[in-house]
Amino acid sequence: MNDVQSYLIIASILFSLGVFGVITKRNAIAILMGIELILNAANINFIAFNRFGGMERLDGHVFAIFIIVLAAAEAAVALAIIINLFRNIGTVNVDEAQELKG
Amino acid sequence: MADLLFLFISILVIASAVNVVISSQLIYSAVSLLFTLFGVAGLYVFLYADFMAATQVIIYVGGILVLIIFGVMLTNKIDTPNIVSSSSNQVIGFFAASFLFLIQLAVIVKTDWKQGEVQQIEGTVDVIGSMLLWDYFLAFEVVSILLLAALIGAAFLSRRNA
Repeated sequence: MNDVQSYLIIASILFSLGVFGVITKRNAIAILMGIELILNAANINFIAFNRFGGMERLDGHVFAIFIIVLAAAEAAVALAIIINLFRNIGTVNVDEAQELKG
Repeated sequence: MADLLFLFISILVIASAVNVVISSQLIYSAVSLLFTLFGVAGLYVFLYADFMAATQVIIYVGGILVLIIFGVMLTNKIDTPNIVSSSSNQVIGFFAASFLFLIQLAVIVKTDWKQGEVQQIEGTVDVIGSMLLWDYFLAFEVVSILLLAALIGAAFLSRRNA
């Protein structure tokens, strides 16, 4: 727990699981959960490098805060789009959302 | 003791993240995501990032996760007994994800990371606050405008007849 590698390995496992979820899941909300996993992996990396990388200040923390803000904005807009999709075609399965103009 | 706690939190994060991506019930995925996000907040505590841990709990667990569960509830028929999220391309996805993971693992293990002086800062809140308002002030303002735009856009998109 006192070296950067253990945090990097945890973050890479989280990232790979997120990619797996984004590739395999067909429900749009489940894909959103995979994206949240990927963003969390990036955050862990930023904060681990900030602590172990010989930084003077807390730039990594500030970057992680910006990532959290972007994740919140992304989740809000994506859920609005998904709810609209459900209203228009009655499903949130991304394989069935094929029409460009429904 | 601290090592044991770190191991426990790591296993909690990874096991619940596995459950997020393989569970076929959408609600179970969402609840597993709750444990993953809490575990990541615990990792931030191990990294002496107290403000980030609090932010993680408040924004991710209290905000984004509730929003996701809200979306799950709104995009399914009320009489659906259990909300299923099907998966496909399991084999391709497994190989792609493990390929990415192996590349990252090789890089992490082989790189000679600069070790040594671990950062010593007493309390992160005041440093983060002054950095946000001095060094990152432009990004801070831009991101606040982005949040406003996302708020208006989400409200506009989810109106009944947008």
